Amino acid sequence: MTAHYLVLSGLLFAIGAMGVLIRRNAIVVFMCVELMLNACNLAFVTFARQNGNLEGQIIAFFVMVVAAAEVVVGLAIIVTIFRTRRSASVDDANLLKY
Amino acid sequence: MNDIMQAPTIEYGTLAPMLLVFGAAVLGVLVEAFAPRYLRKVMQVPLTLVSLGGAFALVLVQVIMRGAPTEAVAMGAVAVDGPALFIWGVILVLSFVCVLLVNDEGHFVASAAAVPGSADEEEAEAAGSGHTEIYPLLLFAVGGMMLFPAAHDLLTMFVGLEVMSLPLYLMCGLARRRRLLSQEASMKYFLLGAFSSAFFLYGTAMLYGYAGTVSLPGINKALAGGALLDPLLLIGFAMLGVGLLFKIGAAPFQAWKPDVYQGAPTPITALMASGTLVAAMGAVLRVFWVGLGNLDWNWRPVMWAVAALTMIVGAVLAITQTDIKRMLAYSSIAHAGFLLIGVMATFDKSQQNAGSLSAILFYLLVYSFTTVGAFAIVTMVRDPGGEAGHLSRWAGLGKRSPVLAGVFAFFLLAFAGIPLTSGFFGKYAVFAAALASGSESGDSLGGWMTGLVVLGVVASAVAAFFYVRVIVLMFFSEPAADGPSIAEPSMGTVAVIAVAALVTVGVGLFPQPMLDVAHQAAANLFIR
Repeated sequence: MTAHYLVLSGLLFAIGAMGVLIRRNAIVVFMCVELMLNACNLAFVTFARQNGNLEGQIIAFFVMVVAAAEVVVGLAIIVTIFRTRRSASVDDANLLKY
Repeated sequence: MNDIMQAPTIEYGTLAPMLLVFGAAVLGVLVEAFAPRYLRKVMQVPLTLVSLGGAFALVLVQVIMRGAPTEAVAMGAVAVDGPALFIWGVILVLSFVCVLLVNDEGHFVASAAAVPGSADEEEAEAAGSGHTEIYPLLLFAVGGMMLFPAAHDLLTMFVGLEVMSLPLYLMCGLARRRRLLSQEASMKYFLLGAFSSAFFLYGTAMLYGYAGTVSLPGINKALAGGALLDPLLLIGFAMLGVGLLFKIGAAPFQAWKPDVYQGAPTPITALMASGTLVAAMGAVLRVFWVGLGNLDWNWRPVMWAVAALTMIVGAVLAITQTDIKRMLAYSSIAHAGFLLIGVMATFDKSQQNAGSLSAILFYLLVYSFTTVGAFAIVTMVRDPGGEAGHLSRWAGLGKRSPVLAGVFAFFLLAFAGIPLTSGFFGKYAVFAAALASGSESGDSLGGWMTGLVVLGVVASAVAAFFYVRVIVLMFFSEPAADGPSIAEPSMGTVAVIAVAALVTVGVGLFPQPMLDVAHQAAANLFIR
């Protein structure tokens, strides 16, 4: 009975992807990306159970570490741009176009 | 589970080039932590150059003394085969060259955390010259670029992708001038890059669910016997493709490229346009040829559409650009499209596959060197507020500085693929391989491949138009009275331009030795 978990993982991933596309605050966009990574983790662990091997669970640990590293870099970038512009909206950063 | 656990074996000798680069990066972090400010640059530059040069020497030793290994190393996580060694060599030389550009004064901000125009910034400006953290960051990025195309399973590939990308996101935001543009580029690159790597990871999860393993040969084996229309497989393959195609900047995932290339400090743009493209192309080849090799009837039509769209978008949108770095970014998109034609040129016989592979490797080599040279010249043409990005500022450059404009014109001709430049042989090799794959199978595929090559030639012609437009602008229009100044180049910048020009001319006149090297690297294809 792993199907439920997969559906949940798919839903989380879709919510995350929608959030990235429609939210305007860079921090929220970034949190939505993290939600997508967690959806991946849920899928990995579910498949590990379904396939009967440990690979998926180990991958989940790797993903957590990578996500943590991504937070460090991402927050640094977003905070820097917030200090300069007094805004973390992705719509305000619009100097580069065409 | 009663037997004693075996310790994993790591082939340190084979992995030595990559380990050296990562080791030097860690040492660089320690230097940042403990060395006094005035000593940092003196220590970082030799450390970086020696480690990159040493890693290249180790690659050569590996190739000459032992040849490419025929088995994956590190318990099947990394495959250091012929193509991987070739890509490592190219990336190491390119990053060495880019370090010479990075090394120049004035590209990087003194303190990234200080708000532009604030007292903090003036203080940092007065205290020292730029971030030396750039060197360890660059080494980590280069290490990631080496791991990414050599990864033999999707987890290692994901880790390599992130180790390559995370430092690049940061480095994009460190330009000294036009800070707002630089920070904006950094944020856009980061958010879109993280978004695409989440797709890569979800695709990996789906393929793991399908095959029960993330190792590339394991997935291919599962494909040989399994259902080819399993939803897990199709979703997984599509999402994995999104993640990979984003990294090479193929349409419709190309939107980040012009923004990031324009906003990032130019030495970093040079590194991204050369090293990242080479690494990501290697990963694309490995995933589609090794991991999804038995699925080629499913991915080929998708790849056909992506390659066609990429070439058209790159060539057509480049015409409308007014910024030199944006124009080069769109040209890089078009070139990614030409390379994707080569990815599709697969056959039933491995010998012919080796032909296509060597064509792609050769193309990557010649294109990346020319790109680095072009961006090196962009760093030299300056306005009072920074580099002269707008194309109108380049008008009449040929009259003020004929040598510089001449070399730049030569690089542009190489991008366009004019005979007697290296670009011509690169394009010729890839198009010939694609045509051969078309005539081989004889059925409908043949027509499709021929159509794609015709489209490629048309896109090259369109691209040639805007390259020539820049040349005309430089040589046949009057220079503006307040035109940009040509910065006195440092030794490093001169060396970079000289190396790039030498490779472009040398390979253009005598392509055979380089073709032979590429052919030997590709002879045994990827480890399966």
